[in-house]
Amino acid sequence: MPPILEVRHLKKRYSSVEAVRDVSFSVPPGICFGLLGPNGAGKTTTLEIIEDIIPASGGEVLYRGQPRSRSFREEIGIQFQHTSLLSFLSVRETLETFASLFSNPAAIDDISRRCDLDTIAKQRNDRLSGGQRQRLTLALALINQPSLVFLDEPSTGLDPQSRRNLWSILRELKEEGRTLILTTHSMEEAEYLCDDIAIMDRGTIIASGSPRELIERHGGGSAIILPGHTPLQPLQGMNYSVRRSGGDIVIHTDHVHQGLKELIDRDIALPGMSIHNANLEDVFLHLTGRELRE
Amino acid sequence: MNLKRIWVVFKARNAEFFRDRAAFGWNFAFPLLIIIGFGLMFDGREFKRFRVGIFPPTAIEQGASEALPPTFLKDRHVIVVPVADREEGENRLSLHRIDLLVDGTSASGAYWMNSSSPNSSLAEKVYLSSYMVGKTPPQRGVTNGPQIRYIDWLMPGILAMNMMFSALWGIGYVIVRYRKNGTLKRLKATPLTAFEYLTAQMLSRIFLIIFTLLVIWVGSDLIFDFHIAGSPLLLLLVFILGGLNLCSIGLIFAARGTSEEFTSGILNFISWPMMFVSEVWFSLEGSSKIVQDFALLFPMTYLLRAARKVMNEAATFADVQGECLVLVTTTLVFLVIGALLFSWNE
Ligand SMILES: Nc1ncnc2c1ncn2[C@@H]1O[C@H](COP(=O)(O)OP(=O)(O)OP(=O)(O)O)[C@@H](O)[C@H]1O
Ligand SMILES: [Mg+2]
Repeated sequence: MPPILEVRHLKKRYSSVEAVRDVSFSVPPGICFGLLGPNGAGKTTTLEIIEDIIPASGGEVLYRGQPRSRSFREEIGIQFQHTSLLSFLSVRETLETFASLFSNPAAIDDISRRCDLDTIAKQRNDRLSGGQRQRLTLALALINQPSLVFLDEPSTGLDPQSRRNLWSILRELKEEGRTLILTTHSMEEAEYLCDDIAIMDRGTIIASGSPRELIERHGGGSAIILPGHTPLQPLQGMNYSVRRSGGDIVIHTDHVHQGLKELIDRDIALPGMSIHNANLEDVFLHLTGRELRE
Repeated sequence: MNLKRIWVVFKARNAEFFRDRAAFGWNFAFPLLIIIGFGLMFDGREFKRFRVGIFPPTAIEQGASEALPPTFLKDRHVIVVPVADREEGENRLSLHRIDLLVDGTSASGAYWMNSSSPNSSLAEKVYLSSYMVGKTPPQRGVTNGPQIRYIDWLMPGILAMNMMFSALWGIGYVIVRYRKNGTLKRLKATPLTAFEYLTAQMLSRIFLIIFTLLVIWVGSDLIFDFHIAGSPLLLLLVFILGGLNLCSIGLIFAARGTSEEFTSGILNFISWPMMFVSEVWFSLEGSSKIVQDFALLFPMTYLLRAARKVMNEAATFADVQGECLVLVTTTLVFLVIGALLFSWNE
């Protein structure tokens, strides 16, 4: 199937930084495409160029094989990372206002129910909690029944229950045949939702593929996690990559058995230790030496 | 262009205006307070009155009617100020706190004036003329021109000033704030065009401006009983044209930028000269040609000239068509500039 979206050699330069340098990828219809990367990697900038919100310094974006036309706006939905809602309107009025701006809006009752806004329909925008706002901005992204939906960190600030609800909404959207492009800092989210992933760092894509491919290609093996208070000194000179990650110390190895033996030889205290299969987080560490969450 | 989209943005903006209680109240309270304040300050009557000090204070109550001409004390241009003695009176006179000092006990009506004060010489003339009573004065004619109080003259100025602030800040400042906080970005992500958006903002603002103006008018008319010499509808037309003009200036300042402080500074920079040069508070009659020519650069000048002609001099459309034409053409020019410069982002 021809891609619904194609991005070629995208560049964006601000006076002091090169936020995006030569980003290219394509997205087949009906999938969920994830853009991952640490803070400042250029994810939001990339999305907003594709959405035609900010101009690119170079490169091109093709929607269904064509340059974006006027009807592009009618067919895409956007949830911004940072946005402000019209002040002094209620949730319901906001939905009605935005619905009226499109020629083929969804039924407001459906959207309201889907995004769990019924109970706060009369609440004013400026009095919403963080999670309620997220639900409303998601609803605004879906109000025109878009075939391509951009979600910039949709789960940031949500409690675990709301996050699960969001995930089930996004899965439904995919089942309806819509294409999703999202950014996230959560590996769990990316592994659960995304069919295809691009990892960005410092304005470029440093790896891409399905979660499984990425892990096999770049992360394989296992990670041995030691509590953060473990002294680093005796770990020096080990044959594996040793890194601090959050509060922990992570040791990557293709041979768990061998690795553990070496730790015991060096007289390292093992209580509090755990072992897991390499995941996307490890892929990222491996590729950049940095963490996704800085 | 899509009328439905303009309509929903228009409605949303109006809702913001009517629901923002504090700003809403201030919109009416500010001009009303100014009008009432000035009305009271000038006692609802003439702007020019003279303060005449009389000593000793007892002379005012009893003996005064014998020593001083009664017509003078009752003159509506005169405010009588009791003064303890001559020394204090002269002191006040030299400080311009009174315009004339009269000895209430002097049979000949001895008085002192301040030769450095124009008001004092005028008061002196009023005083001396009261001694003419009984003698045959030179033949006198009275003009039948309308009796225009300062408040009648000031009223259109206050209304225009309020319109100016409402248009410049309600459009210029507010749109810059929307740009900064991302509201514009959210709207840009819809099929709404810049032209539709700006049209809705203009229409909403002019609607609110005229609504405010009518409320203020009715409110202050109850107190001061304004007299509109010309056609009220023509006056409304003049205010609508002026309002649109000020809104279009607001659009130019709304076109770019994300700094509210900077925009606010720029708006102050143009609104204050506009307020003084366009004769909101006082007439520039008799001021230098440079100032008068400078005033012609500001559209407010034309708005106020036309409004005062209609309100105070019963002008007809033919009399103010020149001003109206200037307002309409500059509005169109400003609109085009504002629309061309406009950016959703930065
Ligand atoms: N308007 C701007 N002017 C100048 N620099 C900018 C601007 N917007 C973004 N940048 C810079 O571009 C880089 C990429 O920013 P971007 O917002 O795209 O990152 P991100 O990957 O979305 O990060 P996060 O995970 O924190 O949201 C950053 O270094 C940022 O400082
Ligand atoms: Mg971002």
